[in-house]
Amino acid sequence: AAWQYAHYLFPLEGGEMLSRKLWNECMNPKQKLLLSGDEAIALAAKDAGVALGAGYPGTPSTEILERFGAHGGKAQWSPNEKVALEVAIGAAYGGARALATMKHVGLNVAADPLFTAAYTGVSGALVVISADDPGMASSQNEQDNRRYAVAAGVPMLEPSDSQEAYDFMLRAIEISERWRSPVLLRVTTRVCHSYTLVTPRGPDPAAPAPHFQRDIKSRVMIPAYARAAHRQLRRKLAEMAEWNESCPLNTVTPGETRLGIITSGISYMHAREAAPEAAVLKLGFTYPLPLGKIAAFARSVERCVVIEEGDPCLAEAIRAAGIPIEEKPEMYRFGELDVPRVRRILEHDLSPEALKPPGKPPQLCEGCQYRIVFAALRRKDCIVAGDIGCYTLGVLPPFEAIDSCVCMGASLGVGLGLRHVLPPEQAKRVVSIIGDSTFVHSGISGLVEMVYNPPPDGHVLIILDNSTTAMTGHQEHPGTGRSLNHEPASRLVLEDLIRSLGIRRVFIVEPRMGSDEFDRLLADCLERKELSVIIARRPCILIAKQLKEYEKQRCECEAKGVPAESF
Amino acid sequence: MKSNDANARRRASLPKVFNVVVAGLGGQGVLRGTDILAAAALHAGYDVKKSEIKGMSQRGGSVTGDVRFGERVFSPMVPAGEADYLLILEATQVEPNQYLLGPEGVCITPGMIDAAQLPHKRTLNVALLGALSGHLPIPEALWLEALRAGFDEKFFEANQKAFLLGRAAARAH
Repeated sequence: AAWQYAHYLFPLEGGEMLSRKLWNECMNPKQKLLLSGDEAIALAAKDAGVALGAGYPGTPSTEILERFGAHGGKAQWSPNEKVALEVAIGAAYGGARALATMKHVGLNVAADPLFTAAYTGVSGALVVISADDPGMASSQNEQDNRRYAVAAGVPMLEPSDSQEAYDFMLRAIEISERWRSPVLLRVTTRVCHSYTLVTPRGPDPAAPAPHFQRDIKSRVMIPAYARAAHRQLRRKLAEMAEWNESCPLNTVTPGETRLGIITSGISYMHAREAAPEAAVLKLGFTYPLPLGKIAAFARSVERCVVIEEGDPCLAEAIRAAGIPIEEKPEMYRFGELDVPRVRRILEHDLSPEALKPPGKPPQLCEGCQYRIVFAALRRKDCIVAGDIGCYTLGVLPPFEAIDSCVCMGASLGVGLGLRHVLPPEQAKRVVSIIGDSTFVHSGISGLVEMVYNPPPDGHVLIILDNSTTAMTGHQEHPGTGRSLNHEPASRLVLEDLIRSLGIRRVFIVEPRMGSDEFDRLLADCLERKELSVIIARRPCILIAKQLKEYEKQRCECEAKGVPAESF
Repeated sequence: MKSNDANARRRASLPKVFNVVVAGLGGQGVLRGTDILAAAALHAGYDVKKSEIKGMSQRGGSVTGDVRFGERVFSPMVPAGEADYLLILEATQVEPNQYLLGPEGVCITPGMIDAAQLPHKRTLNVALLGALSGHLPIPEALWLEALRAGFDEKFFEANQKAFLLGRAAARAH
């Protein structure tokens, strides 16, 4: 019922925020929930009647779809982020409210559809979640995806806590429907994985019913139509920028005129605590920026500092508009911000920061099959092109058995490139190693490359198949034969797929302690100057029990005569 | 340093926030411990924020979780050197987390608990919460309510026993 109030809070023609009193009245204090940002986004998706959510697991975004599925939403893991976004685009072309979730590097994979979806626009709503990881709690880089909003020309919202994650998800849908544009909801690790209080508004009774409306000139991006679409996109962005000047998603906290802070996302929370006396302009709708509002705020204070995590995106854009502001020193581009670091920025403190004492690094579990594989690779002195997953931990002592890790699926291409150029005595020791989920994500194209452009002395690919996406918390993927909610689904049989490409030497082996079977197989594959694929298959020990339970359920279904295709 | 004085004044101007950091190794129940504390503080009517770094937590590495509660909490992260309480589940984790503790902060370690009396070794996190509970303005009943809601009902009895054991141990100290 409280959903109706959303339109007062967020009137379509712009205007003042709902009065605090009325706001409090529509908040039932008993309904307060302690939710992570991810959980809040999932709840908002459910309350907004999102018809379909698609994504690929990636810390810190994974829980959004898991929770949306648990709420009864139609949530599905796609093979990778590009496919997920394309599925969501299709749903939004069909007039539905759609959601695509991914971590920051996932948006690199999905960038292709994103840029052109900005041209085509959508008929329903499309919200793309980019969960960035400043400080790299669990990522290979700390790229700042606010750049994508600018590069692709999609509006961007940035919540600073779970209540805003919930509210901004709803607002993102409204903006998407109003301007028929995909919206980027950009969150960070500390928003995704911090738990703060949320008052939900309840289900929206007005979710539109999907319906196909032909619109060739908007959706078929041949150059003739795309030229017009690009102009249309820039017109929309100009309109949004104007509307954003009075948008209630950007708020001013009054304070002393001596110090003004312009900030967004989690940095707002650190800034409020580090400088409670300061006037603060918090930007929630961060692309296209409300530059008029920003200029007025900057004029109202004696000193105006931009506090932002990661790249100086806000500072650059604001300065480019001719508004004088102070930007953080370069040393604070790296890693997360926190309250002490914001204090240092405000104090112009450039002294070296104390190093955090090292904790205990993570490691491959005792009894993990990968330990046997990495020990064997060391014994053979292999040059190992690695990939992204638990097994990346094979780089740490005692194994130190990985020589590269670039991005999802890169083990194939990097290994092949090395094989092509290295002298024979080195080339013959090159191995590519990839997990089952990563292989499905983007290893398959690399395998096609291996068959199409084979190195002169062949190549060896090891697929570490533990029947799950382990690193991110054991999500399903097409190779497990189970859907996001762990229910039976069609299974992609890796060895069948590989053989179908014409690779004859495909071996399936279960690495076991006290057995030299894996060692012998690896030695044999390295000797032969052919293309070999070794699937080292054994379920992750952390979920072995659970997997048996899932298998039992599958058998029960099959016994009832329900064919797998119909699951 | 002058800035430290200024920071202390700023902090004094904000309503009191309780800062607790729970630290241990993956699989020890660090995050479950912060769940229980956050739920108890929520029931007691506080604004609560809880922050954690997951991802590698199941691979046996160091894990910490921050819980902050008070009238109004801004940042979800406990600033270094400002933790009022540091709850340590594994003795080796005292040293790497010491820098988080404030000058008058209290460190609660497994040494405070008689492990032989624990109903199960996995209840150590709950026993340490019991030891913490005596320091915090949260009624015992709300802690127990949070324990009941936070675990499978069949574990409640063991958890209650561990909690009260820790609570008594802290009083004896």
